[in-house]
Amino acid sequence: MSKDNEILEQFTSKEYEHGWSVEYEADEAPLGLNEGIIRWISAKKEEPQWLLDWRLKAYKTWEQMTEPEWANIHYPKIDFQRTRYYSAPKKSKKTDSLDEIDPELLKIYDRLGISLNEQKRLQGIAVDAVLDSVSVGTTFRDTLSKHGIIFCSFSEAVKEHPELIKKYLGSVVPISDNYYAALNSAVFSDGSFCYIPKGVRCPMELSTYFRINAANTGQFERTLIVAEESSYVSYLEGCTAPQRDENQLHAAVVEIYAAKNAEVKYSTVQNWFPGDKNGKGGIYNFVTKRGICAGDHSKISWTQVETGSAITWKYPSCILKGNYSIGEFYSVAVTNNYQQADTGTKMIHIGKNTRSRIVSKGISAGHSQNSYRGQVQVMKRATNARNFSQCDSLLMGSTCGAHTFPYIDISNSTAQVEHEATTSKIGEDQIFYCNQRGIATEDAVALIVNGYAKEVLNQLPMEFAVEAQKLLALTLEGSVG
Amino acid sequence: MTTSTKNAVSITDAFLEIGKNLPQSNWNSALRKEGISLLSAQGLPASKVEEYKFTPVAKKIQDTLSNLSHAPASSNVVAEKVDEHRIPGLDSHVVVFNNGSYDATLSAFDSSEVTVTSFGDMPTDSLEKTLGKIAPAGKDPFIALNQLAIESGVWIEIATGTALKKPVLILQFVEGSLQGQSVHQRSYIQIGKNAAATLIEKVVSLDDTPYFLNGVTEINVGENSQVAFYRLQDESKFAIEVNNTEVNVPRDATFSSAVISLQGLMIRNNLSINLLDSNSLGNMYGLYLLNGHSHVDNHTNVDHTKPHAESNELYKGILADHSRGVFNGKIFVRQDAQKTNAFQQNNNILLSEDAVINTKPQLEIWADDVKCSHGCTTGQLDEEALFYLRSRGISKESSRGMLLYAFAGEVLEKITNENFREYCVGLVQERLGSNHI
Repeated sequence: MSKDNEILEQFTSKEYEHGWSVEYEADEAPLGLNEGIIRWISAKKEEPQWLLDWRLKAYKTWEQMTEPEWANIHYPKIDFQRTRYYSAPKKSKKTDSLDEIDPELLKIYDRLGISLNEQKRLQGIAVDAVLDSVSVGTTFRDTLSKHGIIFCSFSEAVKEHPELIKKYLGSVVPISDNYYAALNSAVFSDGSFCYIPKGVRCPMELSTYFRINAANTGQFERTLIVAEESSYVSYLEGCTAPQRDENQLHAAVVEIYAAKNAEVKYSTVQNWFPGDKNGKGGIYNFVTKRGICAGDHSKISWTQVETGSAITWKYPSCILKGNYSIGEFYSVAVTNNYQQADTGTKMIHIGKNTRSRIVSKGISAGHSQNSYRGQVQVMKRATNARNFSQCDSLLMGSTCGAHTFPYIDISNSTAQVEHEATTSKIGEDQIFYCNQRGIATEDAVALIVNGYAKEVLNQLPMEFAVEAQKLLALTLEGSVG
Repeated sequence: MTTSTKNAVSITDAFLEIGKNLPQSNWNSALRKEGISLLSAQGLPASKVEEYKFTPVAKKIQDTLSNLSHAPASSNVVAEKVDEHRIPGLDSHVVVFNNGSYDATLSAFDSSEVTVTSFGDMPTDSLEKTLGKIAPAGKDPFIALNQLAIESGVWIEIATGTALKKPVLILQFVEGSLQGQSVHQRSYIQIGKNAAATLIEKVVSLDDTPYFLNGVTEINVGENSQVAFYRLQDESKFAIEVNNTEVNVPRDATFSSAVISLQGLMIRNNLSINLLDSNSLGNMYGLYLLNGHSHVDNHTNVDHTKPHAESNELYKGILADHSRGVFNGKIFVRQDAQKTNAFQQNNNILLSEDAVINTKPQLEIWADDVKCSHGCTTGQLDEEALFYLRSRGISKESSRGMLLYAFAGEVLEKITNENFREYCVGLVQERLGSNHI
């Protein structure tokens, strides 16, 4: 066991790789939240009156709501008056050409391994990079616009495509949906907007990269993806934050609208700063993600690899409204040290012959708590709905916890719903088997964990799969059951 | 004493009113006081309360019982009734409750095997030390309510080293009134070391009037004892019932429960098993076969606190017409409870467009060296299996009945007492053989 403990020690003492921060001049809102701040943000972003009204309505709604306490997470109350709701790099003048972007900012993204310059040359992914509160650059806009695809920052979209924003903003996640969605609606600063016209198959992966840099700042971005009839898009999201002692708040909203025959694939590799090994600092990740399969035969697929954040509270959901629509949710959630994750999905079957599939793999180590919370709801008119859920937990060490809270609510007799869950640890026999064949214990654990998560990792686009596997290896290599 | 539940008076206030006006005796005054203070603090659960989200008992009482009253003993509970409701062919000790209060004259038991003592005849200090300890009133508002209205109850004891030759049959006679009555029943079952016992509880509705039955049973199993506790709920269409069964299972002991629910307007079963030490085993089985507007909610909770304990759970439901089934199974595995084996399974068949199932199989695990799994399915009868049977000349109704019986039979098989099992099989087959389920 001493060797095991040593390896476990090594693993738990691993530092966060993206913990650095860069000094740059920032344009910041004063601390705190009130109507004035919202007006300030809205003015700063030169928003039209209707959006300001929408924000103020959201603020009023938020004021009347109470913080949800049902999740299996514990943290000191957030002081919403001690957070900064807007921070923007001063020199960032939004441009189409990357040459005009402050080189300091580009350097940040180079260090993250997402070189915006490189993106220009290499065929691959179109990136919208969001730093603190604003989008600093979007690549490949020309190529995309040839196909009629709109991919830009949210604030640009408000100016250039107000009719689309007006139509879809808040249509999937209404203002009053939950506490953090309401907060986001009031103070959201930027985010990405993506519109795929009818019949277009997006030629490349679209991607947003979020980074919190400033201290004391909350990040509240909003992503809206609209896929018109018979279109297809694959969307990636990644995130990191510097290592700071205080907890920072990230409350994002993602809305997806899929029309008839459309397919949207949304992948996340979440690597916010998880706090140090004593549980100090880290990001509070309170995110609302929801997609609606509005048309027949539409499909929304969520894939997430959650490795970061001190606290994760996130339930990417699908409303399966169209007949024959499909919802999928693939998740790997890894928690270590004092991280807490309460994550899962909701599949709401409304249309006939709808199908959903949930595969959730939780891995907990150290003193962490990992919960799966999911709901499968089959409405009365949803004949022939089909769901399969599998949620497995892997425990490493005796001080962590794994919890499962599946809600299954069926109101239609033709529904076929299956749920299964298992909890296990890495077997000594498995390790022994590998050792026997000359595979070191550390590698064996990485091998087993990768195999355990394979079903989900396979769903990621290639570019992300590499990053996700690296992340998993980083977080979990050498941990022993 | 009647309190109108219409008007603005909330159902909680109506119960508090009842509690304050009931006569007190030495042994129950402290319990009642605690019940009143807890219930007035938290009230009966509203629909927003997670634990009672799908089973709004308070609202059901309010809608069904127009005048809430504390039920007195019924004059209709007589020896013939007791004989009529015994389990056919089963020789047993009989403990009779008449609207929640113990009826010593109708009860019949061999006191060398089992003793039954009314709480009123027990030394006050020993009651104070035990009542409400396994089922604390703060745990569930209905336990608090039971304490508030507690008037009588029994202590059933099986002595150390006693293996019962015949089971104990607990007959709960409940008679409502046109406006509805509330019945609060309480028992404490003490089982000594190295003992073996089977207890069967059967609720009998005397007529078709509405009532609210709120029972609390605390079971303290002794070391190395084997206990089976069966409950049969085939009540009136207007019966509202909540029961809390809390069990402590120590080292080397086994506790097996089976709950067979066939009818009731709204039935909520809270079963909680505390596996206190190593080599303890908890089995929970349940079958709910519902039609009409029946609503049955099974909440089970098994708490693994020490290493090397095991729990098995299997609940199955067949839901027809407008019926609703709710299942919530919780498995807790504490940090000390390494080498735990815990299995949980819930399967449901929906037979009608209007039937609803809400299920939540829940695991909370704090130890790493454990084997825990849960599974849950909801579906309908297999068309191909039906076709197979029909192609061999079996009528549609019979084929359906056979398949459904095969589904339900898995739970009934777990009942080890032969006579009681046959009795349940008969009831289930009768239902499945008919077109209405």
